[in-house]
Amino acid sequence: MKKTGSQIVVECLKKEGVDTLFYYPGGAVLPLFDELISSPFRQILVRHEQAAVHAADGYARASGKVGVVLVTSGPGATNTVTGIATAYMDSIPVVILTGQIPTYLIGNDAFQEADIIGITRPCTKHNYLVKEIKDLSRIIKEAFYIARSGRPGPVLIDLPKDILVGSTEFKYPEKISIRGYRPTLEGHLGQIQRAVHLILKSKKPVFYVGGGIISANASKELFQFAETLSIPVTMTLMGLGGFPGNHPLSLGMLGMHGTYHANMAVMESDLLIAVGARFDDRVTGKLESFAPQAKVIHIDIDPTSISKNVRVDLPIVGDCKHILLKMISLIEKEDFSSFKEGLHKWHRQIENWKSIYTMSYQQEQSIKPQYVIEKIDELTKGEAILTTEVGQNQMWAAQYYKYLKPRTFLTSGGLGTMGYGLPAAIGAQVAFPNRLVIGISGDGSFQMNSQELATAVQYRLPIKVAILNNGYLGMVRQWQEFFYGKRYAASSLEGHSPDFVKLAEAYGAIGLRATKPEEVVPILKKAFSLPEPVVIDFVVDPEENVYPMVPAGEPLNQMRLV
Amino acid sequence: MRHVITLLVENEFGVLARIASLFSGRGFNIECLSVAETLDPTVSTMTIVTRGDDQIIEQVLKQLNKLIPVIKVVDLIDKDFVEREMVLVKVSATEKTREEILRITDIFRGKVIDVGSKTYTIEVTGDEKKIDALLSLLKPLGIKELVRTGRVAMARGSKAITELT
Ligand SMILES: Cc1ncc(C[n+]2csc(CCOP(=O)(O)OP(=O)(O)O)c2C)c(N)n1
Ligand SMILES: [Mg+2]
Repeated sequence: MKKTGSQIVVECLKKEGVDTLFYYPGGAVLPLFDELISSPFRQILVRHEQAAVHAADGYARASGKVGVVLVTSGPGATNTVTGIATAYMDSIPVVILTGQIPTYLIGNDAFQEADIIGITRPCTKHNYLVKEIKDLSRIIKEAFYIARSGRPGPVLIDLPKDILVGSTEFKYPEKISIRGYRPTLEGHLGQIQRAVHLILKSKKPVFYVGGGIISANASKELFQFAETLSIPVTMTLMGLGGFPGNHPLSLGMLGMHGTYHANMAVMESDLLIAVGARFDDRVTGKLESFAPQAKVIHIDIDPTSISKNVRVDLPIVGDCKHILLKMISLIEKEDFSSFKEGLHKWHRQIENWKSIYTMSYQQEQSIKPQYVIEKIDELTKGEAILTTEVGQNQMWAAQYYKYLKPRTFLTSGGLGTMGYGLPAAIGAQVAFPNRLVIGISGDGSFQMNSQELATAVQYRLPIKVAILNNGYLGMVRQWQEFFYGKRYAASSLEGHSPDFVKLAEAYGAIGLRATKPEEVVPILKKAFSLPEPVVIDFVVDPEENVYPMVPAGEPLNQMRLV
Repeated sequence: MRHVITLLVENEFGVLARIASLFSGRGFNIECLSVAETLDPTVSTMTIVTRGDDQIIEQVLKQLNKLIPVIKVVDLIDKDFVEREMVLVKVSATEKTREEILRITDIFRGKVIDVGSKTYTIEVTGDEKKIDALLSLLKPLGIKELVRTGRVAMARGSKAITELT
């Protein structure tokens, strides 16, 4: 049967199992919006296209499904760029459909024309301009496949208007064959065996796991592996939730604001087992002095991640889940009791580091931001989904909440995008209408996408936004305090932010405020019990800092502790 | 170190831009690049000459492989290979230099392909060294213009790029 381009898009999305769209309309995509009226998808109208992508990204991180975005040409498309780059840096599967002016006008500087293919080439896993309607269904199928397979990432499809209104015989392609794209899933068996031997020979091993453990849904395998051999686990910001934060083997986060014992353990280890992590500079500190005695096993689906920053002794390219499973089955055939015995000393050493320094803060008259996170942790018992903005709020959310399960901590790690947290919380709440979703926010970041409160209210999404309002672009201020002689250029917002309670109310959400420590718990309880979106303005100590801190470019064991 | 990389890519819109933007975005250098269709019209072959230490070249190869429309990447440095480029040179030709130009062209097995009232345009094919040598001889005679194609390269022996590992 003949179908229009718009109908084909809808049919293909259904075939891909899409249930939700985050979108914003405009002239070039009206034919498709017209078709969507009678489609079965849940449709969320955001208030800015950047937020559409963050919301789809939050939906994808929380659910593991591909997030889908639809926007118009020109400014609609260019507004998505930060969202796309955010998803790209963190390897999040999102498909972005952009309207485009008709093919016969492309290149003429027509109204609302933007070369979004050219603009997003470096920040998408792949992108497509549909030039002929006969290619449309194949392209959509490929886009979803590319977005979710291998190392996941955003894929953009540019849809010229004449393609949407044109028509053709619709046939959904059953098979995919992309000769230039065949991700390796199974790791090399010889390498896996060698890795197992290296592990069983080590005395001071550490698992260093990143976002790959979450995108590969490999937490269960990691857990089994770590427990079987009693190997401690440290996580990157992206890896939090990949291993339960309350488990005795968990060292917490490593890196610039990692725990003392995690950083010490990595620096002293004789074997680093990196899984789905990419040795980012925020993790390694000064590269030349990173984990000097350690041999490195690196398991990653993306060959370009391997030996990019750090020399790797034993690379294994493939899906972490497959590889960990294989390793476990090999280990179970070995006698590892003496290996485990041998680790006692290592565990004692780690306990010793823990006793030297644990993360803490001084309780005072004012509310401490860390206290807010701690109380959220206690009240939700690690069961909530948290999103964050960027800055100190993000680091405290990483440090003081114990993530127990994967896909419960959604944060812009790679790009560090302020404005991510609120729309991401919306996306997560859309994916899980009945779960508690909390957006940890900063007074600066909140204002980068606060318009999305309207979206939350419109769709009755009961997200809870906890603004840690320190009156500063706090992380910037912290760097200025440490490294720029306390010259606070452009980092104070004190007295120049809106009244967040009134702002929430103006949008039809509920606004609450806490100024004293004893108000924190009652206000959180109240917020969690309300069925509406709530914004809580926590007026916190303005000059609190995030500790520990490894100054950029310093070795990982050079931590400022107070 | 200089590396000659050949690739098979989908013959589709935007591939060249993807590859060029990969090199510029990641700060890899590109000395020359040539592209053309193969016998199979859906596939093009590209030859890229680049420089870098082992770690950089490893990244270049992996990053190229990661691009979806790139079907195959081979670093010819590990292989025995032949390379050629073609140059067109417009040289000033006077009473005195005409003979000399023709002789040089002949020695380099080139051809005069156009004659103007004051110039010869000659065509020569060869590897980089040969072209450089030719140019150094012609330079004192007065090169008015020159165009090089960039290199094309192929592994020696009976295996095609599709069969190489
Ligand atoms: C879009 C964007 N612009 C600028 C920055 C640089 N930046 C990083 S943290 C930060 C301050 C964030 O302030 P706030 O949201 O109040 O969080 P706080 O650090 O105070 O918790 C800034 C400006 C960024 N990460 N993202
Ligand atoms: Mg702030």
